[in-house]
Amino acid sequence: MNDVPLVEMRNIHKRFGGVHAVNGVCVDLYPGEVVGVLGHNGAGKSVLMKVLSGANPLDDGEIHIAGKKVTIANPREARALGIETIYQTLALADNLNAPANLFLGREILTAFGTLNDDAMESEARKVIQRLNPNFTNIVSPVKTMSGGQRQSVAIARAIYFDAKILIMDEPTAALGPQETRMVAGLIKQLKSEGIGIFLISHDIHDVFDLADRVMVMKNGRQIGTRRTSEVTKDQVLGMIILGKLPEEGTEEDLKGFH
Amino acid sequence: MPDQTQTAETEANLFRRFIQVTKLDTRMLAMMGALFFIWLVFTIMTDGIFLTPRNLFNLTVQSTVVGIMATGMVLVIVARHIDLSVGSLLGFTGMVIAWFQVEVFPLGAAWNWPLTVVIGLACGALLGAWQGYWVAYRGVPAFVVTLAGLLMFRGGAWLVTEGRTIAPMDPDYQMLGGGIDGSIGATWSWILGGLAIIALIGGSVYARIRRQRFGFGVKPMWAEVGLIVVGSALVIGFVMVMNAYTLPRTDTPRGIPVPVLILIVVVIAMALMARITRFGRYVFAMGGNPEAAELSGIDVKKNTLMVFIVMGVLCGIAAVVTTARLNAGANSMGLMAELSVIAAAVIGGTSLAGGIGTITGAILGAVIMQSLENGMVLLGVSSAMRQVTIGLVLIAAVWFDSVYNKNRR
Repeated sequence: MNDVPLVEMRNIHKRFGGVHAVNGVCVDLYPGEVVGVLGHNGAGKSVLMKVLSGANPLDDGEIHIAGKKVTIANPREARALGIETIYQTLALADNLNAPANLFLGREILTAFGTLNDDAMESEARKVIQRLNPNFTNIVSPVKTMSGGQRQSVAIARAIYFDAKILIMDEPTAALGPQETRMVAGLIKQLKSEGIGIFLISHDIHDVFDLADRVMVMKNGRQIGTRRTSEVTKDQVLGMIILGKLPEEGTEEDLKGFH
Repeated sequence: MPDQTQTAETEANLFRRFIQVTKLDTRMLAMMGALFFIWLVFTIMTDGIFLTPRNLFNLTVQSTVVGIMATGMVLVIVARHIDLSVGSLLGFTGMVIAWFQVEVFPLGAAWNWPLTVVIGLACGALLGAWQGYWVAYRGVPAFVVTLAGLLMFRGGAWLVTEGRTIAPMDPDYQMLGGGIDGSIGATWSWILGGLAIIALIGGSVYARIRRQRFGFGVKPMWAEVGLIVVGSALVIGFVMVMNAYTLPRTDTPRGIPVPVLILIVVVIAMALMARITRFGRYVFAMGGNPEAAELSGIDVKKNTLMVFIVMGVLCGIAAVVTTARLNAGANSMGLMAELSVIAAAVIGGTSLAGGIGTITGAILGAVIMQSLENGMVLLGVSSAMRQVTIGLVLIAAVWFDSVYNKNRR
């Protein structure tokens, strides 16, 4: 593993009106590492990740990418830094087909500067084929597709453009068991290619086996970060529910979960 | 499996297979069917007057102004906005054009009318930008901004000359409106028709080669040839009708009217803009899911501004055709046109929920509305009854659309 983190977020603050959605959070991510970002709904994990993806620019704090301080004002700047995001809502334009969604904002153009739909369809077929071999009817509008197919489009969009940093927000929420295994396999493969992945979930079982480290948030604050090899699921659950570090939690507290 | 069931099944699926193979838009086919039905009924009821070259020629010219603006309205509505100001914008821009042409610039100067056309288009673009700015960068709903525009530009049109009508326009300029000299004659009509057919064939071949190069499936040869034959027949039929209408007291064919040429150019440009440019793709993406468009790095504000600028320029073009046809600048130009334009777009399949609509559909919508209007005038239906009828057709069209969309899913 490299010494310089891919991502270093320092003392991040984000407020929405009176709500302090992210309050002084620090997190880092190394190449080939999976960091689970855990917490209840409303803990601030999605907001924190949207700071990194450019959807919600930060109010205060610093972001370093590969050791260099950067500002990320919008999704375009995040993409330019090699940060790709799979949003919980998938962020697909339902009226467009899969290739159009995959290349939205980064279309392949012809020599005349017009859209090269055939080239985009061809490329889309290749990348989607890899993810979901049964998914061939990619040129229908996305709204006619199943949840798994839509998810495939969103994932394909994130991995096609050689991302260095991948943010996955509840990537398996809409999927069945087989597709969930497919995503898990994909995460392992991307990890082996040296991509850093933030995996956001409210469910520890989705994350624990895949993540190298977990970072737990509660009410906008960071509870702590631990290596998954050094803690148990129950201890992490304690961090999520009680907002206490494993050292602070008592056996009494943990009994309540079972 | 008995043979009979097989046959019945095949027949039931024959139409669906035909659609799949030819990749035709079923909605567009349904609209063409509706238009054909309307024409048939009016032809029977008017003892054939409706289908005379003279009437079809007039019908075509009458559809141009609404048609030109409807192509822009499609983009506006697809992007989840609305533009209520297009009639007033046409009126104001038309008055500006007429004022410059008749009262400011020297009459008879060769550069006079071309310059006023440029001024008209620039004026449309500027006012479109004004509205787009408030919608995109100041977050005022388009309904409100363009409602204000409807009032302001109508008032502005009056202010240009304090309500006076300005006439006459430059004789050359009048050709743009399709008057007596405003057609291109038989020879040029055939030349353009021929070019259109060549473009049709060339386009099909080019698309086929490109798809084959990527190894995608292509339409069977019979479908490809069939579509070209049908398209060519439509082009030839159109040119023949336009040439069959002669100048008064002569046998000289008129040919395609200049405003219809303008409409054709606008439709081609707008359809290409919608389908093969980034801007067009972004407008549809913004309409389908504004949040997704933003997250994909699309500059939603800039593209919204652009949509309103395009709409403004189209209003400028419509103003040119209107003043040239009227041979004057008058305050009432484009009064209530916004409603016809929105109706044409909606009848043509543009969804007010955003994200869905086609330029060609809007043109068909404009022709359907104008056919109803024209046919009822021939039948001597009162203006009040015509309004009632067209209102009912609007509801029926949107109802049909929602049923159609439900069935398709």
